[in-house]
Order: sequence, then C-alpha cells, then structure tokens
Amino acid sequence: MEQPAPVPAQALPRRIRGRAWVVGDHVDTDVIIPARYLTTSDPVELARHVLEDLDPTLKSRIQPGDILVAGENFGCGSSREHAPIALKAAGIACVVARSFARIFYRNAVNVGLPVVQCKQGVPVASEQVIVVDFEAGTITDEATGAVYPAEPLPAVMREILEAGGLVPYVARRLEEQRRHAAASA
Amino acid sequence: MGMTLVEKILADHSGRREVRAGDIVSARVDMILANDVTAPLSIQEFRKMGATRVFDPQAIAMVPSHFAPSPNIQAATQIQAMREFVREQGLPYFFEIGRMGIEHVLLPEEGLVVPGDVVIGADSHTCTNGALGAFATGMGSTDIAAAMALGETWLRVPETLRIIYYGAMKPWVTPKDLILYTIGKIGVAGALYQALEYTGETVRSISMEGRFTMANMAIEAGAKTGIFEADEVTLAWEQGRARRPPRVYRSDPDAHYAGTVEIDVRQVEPQVAFPHLPENTRPVSEAAALDLRIDQAFIGSCTNGRIEDLRLAARVLRGRKVHPDVRLIVIPASQRVYRQALAEGLLDIFVEAGGAVSTPTCGPCLGAHMGVLARGERAISTSNRNFRGRMGHRDSEVYLASPAVVAASAVLGRIASPEELGLDEEAFLETVGVKAS
Repeated sequence: MEQPAPVPAQALPRRIRGRAWVVGDHVDTDVIIPARYLTTSDPVELARHVLEDLDPTLKSRIQPGDILVAGENFGCGSSREHAPIALKAAGIACVVARSFARIFYRNAVNVGLPVVQCKQGVPVASEQVIVVDFEAGTITDEATGAVYPAEPLPAVMREILEAGGLVPYVARRLEEQRRHAAASA
Repeated sequence: MGMTLVEKILADHSGRREVRAGDIVSARVDMILANDVTAPLSIQEFRKMGATRVFDPQAIAMVPSHFAPSPNIQAATQIQAMREFVREQGLPYFFEIGRMGIEHVLLPEEGLVVPGDVVIGADSHTCTNGALGAFATGMGSTDIAAAMALGETWLRVPETLRIIYYGAMKPWVTPKDLILYTIGKIGVAGALYQALEYTGETVRSISMEGRFTMANMAIEAGAKTGIFEADEVTLAWEQGRARRPPRVYRSDPDAHYAGTVEIDVRQVEPQVAFPHLPENTRPVSEAAALDLRIDQAFIGSCTNGRIEDLRLAARVLRGRKVHPDVRLIVIPASQRVYRQALAEGLLDIFVEAGGAVSTPTCGPCLGAHMGVLARGERAISTSNRNFRGRMGHRDSEVYLASPAVVAASAVLGRIASPEELGLDEEAFLETVGVKAS
C-alpha cells in the first residue's frame, strides 16, 4: 500500500555541534518574543525580535546552528508557540536547560526544536562550542572535554520529534484513520 | 493506595481504572479553547495536518480577547482568520466583541466548563478553570490543533503538591494575596511539572471568584494546573450555568502527594510582587515604606477582573480621586461582569474618581494595547505577570497586587495599602458581603 506523506518529515539530528549562548534562570516567553509582535505567526518576522527584551544585542550575534544554554524553568509564562518558532527561525539549533517550563518544552518538540534537559547544568561560557549527542545522551564542552548527562525525552515526545514535529505525527494518524474507515466501509 | 483528584479525572478520561503520577495517558478532552493570538496558528497547523473537520464543534471555544477590539490591521486580520474558521466549521462558541470576555472568565460563566472536565487551551492561564474541580491546562497552538482534529491529547499525569490553607484572612487580605504569598513561598518553579491542589479550611469559605484568582496563578509557580475540589460553593455557582452535568471528584485520604505546604492565613498580609518575577513578594507595609511612585494602575485581567474584584476596588475609590500623576485603567473581564458593574454603579465610581473604563480585553496585561508602558514607567496591576517588558517597554516595571491595593495606590500615587486611606475592617467586610459583628 502507498505510504502517504502529507508533510515532509525532517529527521531528528543525532548530534548537534554549535556555539553556546548562555542565559539565566526563568527566561520567560515574554522576553523570548514580546507580545507586541504576536499579531503575526510568520517565523521570519518573529525571529527578527527574538530575545530582544532579554538582551537587545543577542539576536544580531546568533548564527544558524548556535545552541542556547539556560538555567532553571526556561520558557516559563505564556503558552505562545511563537517562542520556540522564533528561536528556531533565528537559527537556534537546540536549547539546553537545567529545567524547562512544561508548555515550552512541549511546544518546542511539537515545532521540531530539539530541547535537552541537564539537571546539573552545563557550566560553559557564551561562544564556547558544545556538542549535544542525542544517541549517547551527552553534552560535551569541546574546550575542556567535560561531559554532562542529557535526560532522555519521554517516548511519546521522542516519537513526535522523530516524526519531524506534531504536524506530521498527527497527519500520519489521521491518514491511518481514513484508511481504516475506507477499509471497513 | 488512593488517587489524587487529578489522577482520578485523568483516569476517567483515558478509560483506565487507575493512573499514577508519571504515567503517560491519552485523555479525551471536554473543552478546547484558543484566543486571537494562538488560534490563527492552530488553524494553520490543523490544515497542515490534513484535517478537514474538527472532532466536535460543541467542544471548541474561540475567543478574541488579547488584541481585541483590534488595535491595528494585523490584529484585525488574525481575528478575521478565526471568524472564517468558525463559520467554516460551524463552531457555536465564538464570542464576538461586545458579547465576549477574557476566555478564562467567560467560559466558566457560560457554563462551558464544569467540574470533572478535562480542559485544554492555547493559553497558559487555562489553569484558571481548575477552580471548578476540572483538570485544566495550557498548551501551544499545535497541541490544540491536534486535539481539535483527534478529540484527545497526550498528558503526563502530574504529581500533586498540596497547599493547605488554615485560619481566617485578615481585613484587606484577598485570595490574590494568598496566591501571591504562596508563589513567594514556593517560587516560580516551585511546582514545575506538578499540579497544585488548594485545600484546607480557609478555601472552603472562598468564593468562586476568589478560587478562579488562585487557580489562575498556578502557572506562575510552574504548575500544570491548579485545582480545588468541587464543593457546595462550586455546585451552587454552577446552578443555571452548567451545560453538562458536573462530576465531583475528591482526592482519596491515602493519595500520594509530592509534598504538602501549610499556610497559616492569619499571618498573611496583603502582598506586592516586585519586578520581574511573581515570586518577588513582600508585604504591602514593606512596599509602602519604599515610597514607590506609580504612573499607571490597572484593575482587570483573567486574574482579577471579576465582579468581586471591582466591588473591592470601587469601595476603596468611592468618594476619592485618582492621584493627578496616575492613570487608572479599569477593565471588567467579561460583558456580564461589565453589565453587573454598571447595574451596581461601580463603573460610575471609577469614572467619577477619574479612571478610564474599557470594554473587556486582555489588553494592558500583556502589553498589547489599552495602556502600554513607556520606558522608565512603573505600574501596579491586578494581573498575573510582572516579567520584563510584559506591559510595555523592557525598561518599565510592573508590581502585582490585589484590586484593593491597586485602587489605594491609584489614589495615593504610590504603592500603598487601603488602610492608609483610613479604610477599616468594616469597610472591607461591607464589600465582601459580610456584616461586621
């Protein structure tokens, strides 16, 4: 039988190597993307204002493939999915944090932005290079060689991330429902 | 071992006899909501999923509340997209400007959420509905799109942190002060991935309005939801509202809790949360001593825009004038609250005092419109978040407090308590409908 693919799925990278940008605890979604820009969902437009209320200079320094390294409760506050969308569109390849606010964590996986929790924290400075290895479950500080453990994602979230996000995941389920309905009709 | 209230609701909605904290379940949803910021993205993702029909039009509410009435063309275009989807899908619960309210005030008022429900919304303050004894939690737009298509959502059953309140509240202490105090005690990540269950003798005497205020700010402690057991107060409030039969769940005496925090309410003073986190709380007496001049005072939002909040503020403002250096903005949170406040003469008191009164909107709470702050300005607000830039410029400041403290501050031009205006216990009890003995 033909395999439907309504949305092209992008595979989860096994390993991300990038420059770190270090931010503090409780970085809220209002500073990730202020509400005054929420009259659009256009990723490019949102990326133009990413993190500007936290540090107005940061967005011009972020290069595609960079990694955000945060403290506790990253992404707290508003449920706006515009936050992970803006980070992803700005080129952030992955967010590493000691802990995540749960709505942000879920949203990030849904839009295909890799997120990694490391409870003990990753003590690197901005612009140092780190490597996140999803298969090994490690985060490595390239300069010192120090290795930190990455918490595994729950199975359901891993499935969603591997499908390329929640949209292709649900699309697949809906297609199965349709085929099932057609077969039993 | 018994189950918590949250575990019982999630077990029933996932077709299981028993679930435990940590289990991943696929739960049936009773009500799904989205607003004008989050719905357009949900609609777009819904279409990308290849979905054509929502699973049940009766289980979806769409409320234009954030950038409404539209302050600009982009915002107008977002609401237009909602209206088109609502028409296309035949959704009965769309609330137009002039008939609407802030979603978390409106849905319970309309009886669209009832005790025992699972409610998810593309808005973090969806947890407000937990006041009714429902499991209610915020999600992003794509999760909402998935639920609109499938009628279910995946959830990790949260552990529950129990907060036991005991003792009577002092005069001018409100449920807002209790929740600010609680967040100050446990921190903004104090209940991360957990549910907060509000219990104890004090909560039984708190009105539904006050319970909504407390459940609303559960997310400000990182919680997935904030929940009260439904009781006679809840069921009385549901009379004539509930569109579906309420189901009352109670935590078992031997349920497992992640922890218990006890709060002696008699020791709690009115609270003020300082910038830029809701956990930065101090008693109002301490804040007042700092002579913090304000530029704006805001009374409204899904936290404190209900009728009891407006009564309290009006009692403080009655016969007084807003300080010449202050803008007071009062926004009833729903059309029903607006009309009630009109009928009780409260809006007249606000206008007479020199305040501005607006049609329902989230507006200033998120710095969207209707009172955005300039650089260096300071506001005191009854809303729920004081993050950097939340109400406007990144170099503005937001202090969170109860409607009584905000009203008193508006009069004095600085952060102050109602007692500084000579308002005594009797004046307070008058507004909460209790005669002083």
